[in-house]
Amino acid sequence: MTSVLYDVPGPKAIARNRILSVVTVLLVLAVLGFLVYRLYVSGQFEASKWYVFTFTRVWEQIGIHLVNTLAAFALAAVLSLVLGFVLAIGRLSDHAWVRIPVTAVTELFRAIPVLVLMMLLYFGLPSIGIKMDPYWAVVLALMAYNGSVLAEVLRAGIESLPRGQKEAGYAIGLRKSGVMRLILLPQAVRVMLPVIVAQLVVTMKDTALGFIITYPELLYYAKLLSSQQGRPILQSAFIIGGIYIVMCLILSGIAKYLEIRTRRSPKLRAIANAHNPAADDESTLTEAIAMQRGAGKRDLGGGGVPPL
Amino acid sequence: MDVIFGNLDLWSQALLNTLIVFFAGGLIALVLGVIVGAMRVSPIPIARGVGTVYVNLVRNTPLTLVFFFFVFGYPQLGLPTLSNLTLGILAIGIYTATYVAEVLRAGISTVPVGQAEAARAIGLPFGQVMTLVVLPQAFRSVVPPMMSVFIALLKNTTVAAGFSVAELASVRAAINDSHTRPGNPMEVLLWVAIIFVVLVLLLSWVQNSLERRWRIAR
Repeated sequence: MTSVLYDVPGPKAIARNRILSVVTVLLVLAVLGFLVYRLYVSGQFEASKWYVFTFTRVWEQIGIHLVNTLAAFALAAVLSLVLGFVLAIGRLSDHAWVRIPVTAVTELFRAIPVLVLMMLLYFGLPSIGIKMDPYWAVVLALMAYNGSVLAEVLRAGIESLPRGQKEAGYAIGLRKSGVMRLILLPQAVRVMLPVIVAQLVVTMKDTALGFIITYPELLYYAKLLSSQQGRPILQSAFIIGGIYIVMCLILSGIAKYLEIRTRRSPKLRAIANAHNPAADDESTLTEAIAMQRGAGKRDLGGGGVPPL
Repeated sequence: MDVIFGNLDLWSQALLNTLIVFFAGGLIALVLGVIVGAMRVSPIPIARGVGTVYVNLVRNTPLTLVFFFFVFGYPQLGLPTLSNLTLGILAIGIYTATYVAEVLRAGISTVPVGQAEAARAIGLPFGQVMTLVVLPQAFRSVVPPMMSVFIALLKNTTVAAGFSVAELASVRAAINDSHTRPGNPMEVLLWVAIIFVVLVLLLSWVQNSLERRWRIAR
């Protein structure tokens, strides 16, 4: 898309672009240079600041806290996928007594900040007599929030399928459960796989909120380290932050790969509606859903040739 | 109800701080996001590269970690001291700017290719292609997802509570730590949740009405 916005540059434009490139590079270098200079002046590169990282014990601890982060992420991811399917199917139910409460619950979980959910579980429940481990507070809060977002993603995926799919399913004599299980869900999951994985990146990022309710995950350990000898606050933030960013980049990379595969596959491209800007940029959030929803409406209204 | 009326001073201060973080952070995100979004579609490869690196790096960093860098890391640099509130606003603004940039880029790519081609065919330069043809159309399709970003921003303001900014999610700690104030943690947090649900509903209502008003008639 980008390439159609401007012509192939002529001599004047090339000269101008060159000047702008230089200005951009200079600006970026100035910002980075200033930061490095301040880091240097305030003595952040001195060996004493990095001293704690020479101990194997520190690295062992980092490993343990990394496992804690991954344990919370793994369970929360699995549970939120399960909850997502349940809520999505519930919201598409034909029975109002299922659909309305499920819709209300989904919207409620989406509206409450994850951190407030965690606090409710960790600080709130003990005051009515239920003891809650920080681990479970993190996992359950992430499950509730991401489950409801995934439910919306799946529902948008199902609704973006051409109506003919469902009708064909009924025509060959499948029941409602069969149509959902054998026809709609498999296609919706394939179309939405990039968005689902991108939502898992959000889950991974949100495990860091556990730091605030004292769950001993990586960032919590970074805070702990920063009170060690030499007070390596920035140093531990860099190292722990690096670990987080690498983990999230790997997951994002998988999402990107899936997205490209979806776009290339002729079968999926047909359902995924050729141009799905939401999936284009591994975005997650509701913007994806909003876009998908719009796409779904057009699909049904247009009544074009069933693509599969 | 004692939780509310017995601590009215705390609640109003907290709500005010939440709104300050929301609006100031939103402003920074919008300005920075527009710049980065423009860089990502610009004809200059280096600017595109810088924009891409910034977006990919910050989007894959947990917001809590961004806060960690700003609130705990910044004072280490020996620069003029800033309050935690200011640092929190900067952190949330810089984090949300990446989402704004991505929404803008996605919005620009929803404009049919023919529009930009037609604009170029009648001889408009890049600046005019963008301001006269592409952006006015992109703007409309951007409004709903942009509001979603701001809803996310509103919910993200709670993270500031973990970094000693006295906003809504920190009311619980303030009430529990003083022995004279009424209310137990459960009550306080349920009220916090209710306030957020109301604020989010308000924003979704704005989103829906804007979406209806600016729907594209193609």
